[in-house]
Amino acid sequence: MPIKEFNVIVTIENKSFINDPEGETIYRDLILKNKYNSIKSVRTAKVLKLIVDATNPKEAKVRVKKMCEELRIFNPVVSNCQINIISDK
Amino acid sequence: MLKIGIPIFPGSNCDRDIYHVLTNLYNVKTDLIWHKKDNIKNYNAIIIPGGFSFGDRLRAGIIAAHSPIIKEVKRLGNDGVPVLGICNGFQILVECELLPGSLIKNDHLSFSCKWIDLEVKNIDTPFTSAFKKNEIFKIPIANGEGRFILAEDQLKEVKKKNQIIFSYSNEDPNGSLESIAGVSNDSGNIVGMMPHPERTCQSELKSFGLTNTAMKIFDSLIAYIKK
Repeated sequence: MPIKEFNVIVTIENKSFINDPEGETIYRDLILKNKYNSIKSVRTAKVLKLIVDATNPKEAKVRVKKMCEELRIFNPVVSNCQINIISDK
Repeated sequence: MLKIGIPIFPGSNCDRDIYHVLTNLYNVKTDLIWHKKDNIKNYNAIIIPGGFSFGDRLRAGIIAAHSPIIKEVKRLGNDGVPVLGICNGFQILVECELLPGSLIKNDHLSFSCKWIDLEVKNIDTPFTSAFKKNEIFKIPIANGEGRFILAEDQLKEVKKKNQIIFSYSNEDPNGSLESIAGVSNDSGNIVGMMPHPERTCQSELKSFGLTNTAMKIFDSLIAYIKK
């Protein structure tokens, strides 16, 4: 199988038991004050955009997951980490 | 001869304050150790200083937690050598999993730099034996990511093992869970704290009308390693 490059998005978000003062401020003082009433909540997160060599999307995801766990890219005490393959290049 | 090591990282800025306190006020031989060193010997204690490390990219302390010196700090800490992490040093100890929990952005999202009241919750550590239990004293803090967080089950465990060492007394400056300001590992020889005791060790440095009570952290350590 030829090796391709995949765009992978890693999203690190604090777990729901931790309040998110930045998201609350964006929601309360920007969105609601400007009457975007259909927006019901905001949580902030950190995003890493990676380009990964792999033969298929599944392998790309497995490689990124392993890296995130081994290097503690997210702190499992407070954060969840979601990995999404956007496309192959 | 007693010897204390201070690991330094790109961005550490309280290393020389601790060095000054240990060498000039306590006459203890002290080495500043660059973080790339992967073999250190004959240290009676390690103090990881505050400041920043690697620009605190990704999360405060996480990149430093992968430095070669940390393997040595883990080895010494697991052998029972006293290890203290102050501020960024605390963040590094949490990120390298020598201490429980996580330190996230302050709940008010701003950097906090002021004197606060700190309470000693556990005096059975190498860093707190000179205090009275529940003694309250003034000490400065300076942090942006000082909000200590634990999951509920971990908090129960930490309480059961008496690992809460310091807590904020009157006012919690960063929204920490149960106002926790410092914790230890389960054997008590590794302690992390957000406030800065090294900044209170001389009368010229303390605010008017206050005492240098925070020095008892170093008094405790020196008495412990001289035993």
